[in-house]
Amino acid sequence: MTQTNTVEEIVSQPYKYGFITEIETEKIPKGLNEDVIRLISKKKNEPDFLLKFRLRAYEQWLKMEEPDWSGLTYSKVDYQDLVYYAAPKQDIKKKSLDEVDPKLLETFEKLGIPLSEQKRLSNVAVDAVFDSVSIATTYKEKLAEHGVIFCSISEAVSEYPDLIEKYMGTVVPINDNFFAALNSAVFSDGSFVFIPKGVECPMELSSYFRINSGDTGQFERTLIIAEESSSVSYLEGCTAPMFDTNTLHAAVVELVALDNASIKYSTVQNWYAGNEEGVGGIYNFVTKRGECRGKKSKISWSQVETGSAITWKYPSCVLQGDNSIGEFYSIALTNNLQKADTGTKMIHIGKNTKSKIVSKGISAGQSKNSYRGLVSISPNAEGSRNYSQCDSMLIGDQASANTYPYIQSKQPQSNIEHEASTCRISEDQLFYLQSRGIDFEECVSMLISGFCSDVFNELPMEFASEADKLLALKLEGSVG
Amino acid sequence: MISSTSETILSIKDLHASVEDQEILHGVNLSVKEGEIHAIMGRNGSGKSTLSKVIAGHPSYKVLSGSIQFKGTNILELEPEERARIGIFLGFQYPVEIPGVNNLEFLRVATNSRRKELLKSELDTFEFEDLVKERLKIVEMDPAFLERSVNEGFSGGEKKRNEILQMALLEPVISILDETDSGLDIDALRIVASGINKLSQPNSATILITHYQRLLNEITPDFVHIMADGKIIKTGNNELAIDLEKSGYDFIGKNTKDKETAK
Repeated sequence: MTQTNTVEEIVSQPYKYGFITEIETEKIPKGLNEDVIRLISKKKNEPDFLLKFRLRAYEQWLKMEEPDWSGLTYSKVDYQDLVYYAAPKQDIKKKSLDEVDPKLLETFEKLGIPLSEQKRLSNVAVDAVFDSVSIATTYKEKLAEHGVIFCSISEAVSEYPDLIEKYMGTVVPINDNFFAALNSAVFSDGSFVFIPKGVECPMELSSYFRINSGDTGQFERTLIIAEESSSVSYLEGCTAPMFDTNTLHAAVVELVALDNASIKYSTVQNWYAGNEEGVGGIYNFVTKRGECRGKKSKISWSQVETGSAITWKYPSCVLQGDNSIGEFYSIALTNNLQKADTGTKMIHIGKNTKSKIVSKGISAGQSKNSYRGLVSISPNAEGSRNYSQCDSMLIGDQASANTYPYIQSKQPQSNIEHEASTCRISEDQLFYLQSRGIDFEECVSMLISGFCSDVFNELPMEFASEADKLLALKLEGSVG
Repeated sequence: MISSTSETILSIKDLHASVEDQEILHGVNLSVKEGEIHAIMGRNGSGKSTLSKVIAGHPSYKVLSGSIQFKGTNILELEPEERARIGIFLGFQYPVEIPGVNNLEFLRVATNSRRKELLKSELDTFEFEDLVKERLKIVEMDPAFLERSVNEGFSGGEKKRNEILQMALLEPVISILDETDSGLDIDALRIVASGINKLSQPNSATILITHYQRLLNEITPDFVHIMADGKIIKTGNNELAIDLEKSGYDFIGKNTKDKETAK
């Protein structure tokens, strides 16, 4: 057997999270129109301003065209054939975990996210979202003692409407792009985080998104606000069952950091990627953006993208405040017929703003993996700096890797550096590790972890080892 | 130390091997017993490194015919990692750098895979640190190297010490050290050589592959083999290495050819 074949086999590991939870679900009929939007808003008991927000977005969306710019071909989504609201049947919002359907708790436990008091993670607060609704949030009381708000966005809409009205749609405007407009019209649930002035969030916050229904679009919305001199680390994870149809996931995430505030946002994305022939899988068309509004504020994105049939995702930083910092650390692994077009935009507006981009793409099978990024320095952003590093690793001879770094600088007193490399798993490195008694598969995952180590070092501790394992699993059977 | 009842560890018979469709080894015969130290000398391109890679199972090298037995068992079908686990160790001439892979963790995983084969308990991070600190002394290595990526940015001498450290941890049955002396200054050579001497056991064996006699001043071999054109053309004791140092390979080569013609 050739080395390449074996490496490829290591990459193709069956998807572990493909099960479906049998649970009675309340769904609204398929299709999208103004009435559907009114219905969603009514089901969620929303204030008038939010319904108007949704309707304005819907109006914009109707005028927009689905993008097809990145050269990715895929069977178009029939927006009238999707369900825009699905929720496990249960009485309105549960006050305590004991009242949550045990099947749901079981589902999350199976996914490695135990929610019950006895089993839950000791230093991570979790918001668990199942299809369109958040079913539970842990450690709410403890966080409240510090003034930290962590709840589902629906709850925030009813409990803290002023904050929602003040911030929602200010980072990603409703007409930002086709999928953001759609999300703004029909978003169902997601997480809300508010860290008041001067507070360092006492624990990691985490949301776990689970798609369960096959014909339901997932449109979650996340909003994180860090007031002056506060800080928070937030992580999200996601999985979905295996269906042979494509499910649309179009999320919007908005981050706001005021003076001296810092937000660290980490993602491990493991949506179902479709089978070896490319049938099924999630379309992951996501808009994520953070605004460093305040001076010396900092937003750091780190992501490990392993799932989805197609990923379009560019977590970005708008560096408005002087001396603010934006970071983007990414690992994107694609296999079989997966396509990922991901990267970031660093928009330097304030003076002395800094950004750093580290992207590691690993492509196996016949997949396509592209880094696409923009570094833009505006005329006022004197003394700004950017450093970008984009490395690609190819496994086998049928995968492709591309790097599209766009650079726009209108400020001569700024500094932009870009480095890029492409490599293959080296036979000599593999042989060296093997000749020390280490199994071939373990050697491959060691080498891939090594390749990704710059990014792993940026992930929260509990997450780093999980992400490492995930990559190893994903690659099982693919190198050789 | 060597007695006739010693077990044969490695037995190579009429080994022909190629790389990239070019035959490099043209019938190597070699037998190594417990407690023995063998030196294989020869010019560049004589097939010394190829022989070491074939024994360790490098996938780019194809065995065309002949056999390699380890303690009486054919190893040609074994993967490189399986050969390592049963106790075959190759000390590389040019150890590769592996960015991002922590040296300590690599050493631990490697050590545990060998221990598993020996039915010894696997070591956790703390137990392993104790072991590795003790073994570091053998090669007089700074513990700071444990925290770095495998061989990354190591000097030539540091890489070679890291190889001998691996040998100390894996406790192999047979160690094949490919030009471990090359690129070492006199002090580093002494440290590496004394490490190899300390690690010699009555039930293990060592093959030193080298160009020069200077390593053999530090480690006295029981047998010296001269390789040329993919074969072992002459075998002797340590005197042979000394002759070689004096007269060069041409002398040996001519001598042998004369003999062959005489036959």
